Amino acid sequence: MDLFHNLAIGFATAAQPTNLLYAFFGCLLGTLIGVLPGLGPLATIAMLLPITYALQPDAALIMLAGIYYGAQYGGSTTAIVVNLPGESSSVVTTLDGYQMAKQGRAGVALATAAIGSFFAGCVATLAIAALAGPLTATALLFGPKEFFALMVLGLILASVLSSGPFIEGIGMVVLGMLLSLVGTDLSSGSQRFAFGVPQLFDGLDFVPLAMGIFGFAEIVKNLEQDDKLSLVTQKITNLFPTRDDFRRMIPAVLRGTALGTLLGVLPGGGAVLSSFASYTLEKKLSRHPEQFGKGAIEGVAGPESANNAGAQTSFIPLLTLGVPSNVVMALMVGAMNIHNIHPGPEVMTKNPTLFWGLIASMWVGNLMLLILNLPLVGLWVKLLTIPYRYLFPAIMVFCSIGVYSINSGTFEVYEAAAFCVFGYVLIKLQLPAAPLLLGLVLGPAIEENFRRAMVLSRGDATALLTSPLSASLLAAAAIAILLIMLPTIRARREEALQE
Amino acid sequence: MRGLTIRNQRAFVSGALFFAIAAFFFVGALEYPAGTTARMGPGYFPRLLAIVLAAIGLVVMLGALKSTTDRQVLRKWDLKGLVWVAGSVILFGALLFPLGLVGALFVLIMVSSKASPEFTWIGALTNAAVLIVLCLAVFVYGLGLQLPVWPSLLN
Repeated sequence: MDLFHNLAIGFATAAQPTNLLYAFFGCLLGTLIGVLPGLGPLATIAMLLPITYALQPDAALIMLAGIYYGAQYGGSTTAIVVNLPGESSSVVTTLDGYQMAKQGRAGVALATAAIGSFFAGCVATLAIAALAGPLTATALLFGPKEFFALMVLGLILASVLSSGPFIEGIGMVVLGMLLSLVGTDLSSGSQRFAFGVPQLFDGLDFVPLAMGIFGFAEIVKNLEQDDKLSLVTQKITNLFPTRDDFRRMIPAVLRGTALGTLLGVLPGGGAVLSSFASYTLEKKLSRHPEQFGKGAIEGVAGPESANNAGAQTSFIPLLTLGVPSNVVMALMVGAMNIHNIHPGPEVMTKNPTLFWGLIASMWVGNLMLLILNLPLVGLWVKLLTIPYRYLFPAIMVFCSIGVYSINSGTFEVYEAAAFCVFGYVLIKLQLPAAPLLLGLVLGPAIEENFRRAMVLSRGDATALLTSPLSASLLAAAAIAILLIMLPTIRARREEALQE
Repeated sequence: MRGLTIRNQRAFVSGALFFAIAAFFFVGALEYPAGTTARMGPGYFPRLLAIVLAAIGLVVMLGALKSTTDRQVLRKWDLKGLVWVAGSVILFGALLFPLGLVGALFVLIMVSSKASPEFTWIGALTNAAVLIVLCLAVFVYGLGLQLPVWPSLLN
């Protein structure tokens, strides 16, 4: 195994001063947006994509990855101190974290979250490094049929795991794929659904779409619900968990890490699913399930470890197979495309320093986050006192400038405004936007692989089922659909996805 | 099924939206040759997807009529907030070249601030001043993004 050799290449890249600086910048920014409710990693990454044009590809990706897992850390701070999830994967942390804070144990809860996340981050980094090689080797065996089947599986799982009825999630995926048709058809060169607008010849840019839906429309939604923050005002003292805390927290951290590492790899999985699953598991295993929801430290330790592990291992399908497993990874595809890197099995062989550097930087970033979060927690909590009426115009300003600088043109600005309206409609109809964005990103690849597969089989669609690999991937997708149709599972899922 | 009452307004409208978008794409796709399954033209895949989405739309709409479905009414729409937010973005796009970044940002911040129920003139003006200075420092001087800073009349 040349795992250590590869990690050495990675750490050499990650330790370069500029990369360290961007990792730090990403973590800092990630924590910031994680702390502030109403601004998620999605809008932030979308906002910053244009800025990454100017950076080296490795620095750009390291920074964006830092934002993603930094947001998990920051989100837990808000969850514990104000009972609001700063970020969707911190939803379950509000249950016990805020209770701990009310009992004067905010410091211990924050420390638990940070230590658990750090441990999980270390394990996940190793898991990525160990799994990347074998998975990439598998991916090289994939032909058009297999890629088509894999992407179908990913999209089905993403719809299963999104909130709301499954059929509506699938509808959003297909809608996203239809939107991805806008632009030039690569095979024939003809313009589809462009209506003679030259800016549409390259297709709908997903940055204005993501910003319109996850930035602007979110703001309109947040302005409608004017609930006041209930800050835990007492000073946060005594960060250090007691011996008893450690005894209860260590097994939860270990289980959360294992669960998160596994679930993150699943297409459609990632941080949110991992934290919910871990909370359920801890409550099931606990000898005192009645303490959950009243300040049980396991309810913070498990999910916080799981969401960080899941956030990191969700990079695995992207880096090895080229299939983004969630919306943030879909944006990473965009970031890679900007730098002419096409995610997939070739990245590891063509750009080894980028690949291993990104992985090593995750460990470096986790270390930075530990330092950033524990001593500075008071500062982060202060940030929460900024009223939203000052915050949201700032978000709008950054988004608008970011959207403009994609092409130095105002067309994208109007596009974002249009998707703001569309996003608001989706919010009102309670339709999930994440599957739409995944459909948009994967649409072109699905069409291309489907067309190629059909050329190779001379139009025989059953060929998809005669290759064992594509047949089993499609079977897995079919099983996922069947399972979700079963009433008991449906009830369970609704319980788990309740926010 | 007793009568055709829409028990779930939210789902019914969602399904109708799916169906309408599918119809739009299907009609649009008729302009492009479909080809055959073995040699697909640019119109093949769009037609396929549009049919799938239309079917999903119908299923969702029918589901909203089922007598076992929970009653659900559409949420209240607050068009005011949407108009201020989306409108300020459109104004930013329209004013960026004539007014330059400083002017366009000022309009963006003032107009979008109006969306907040806690709007105050002093607060919005202070916020605008801080944000404009910050943006100039970060984007124009720090990152060197190509943006028109001042009104085009001055250049």
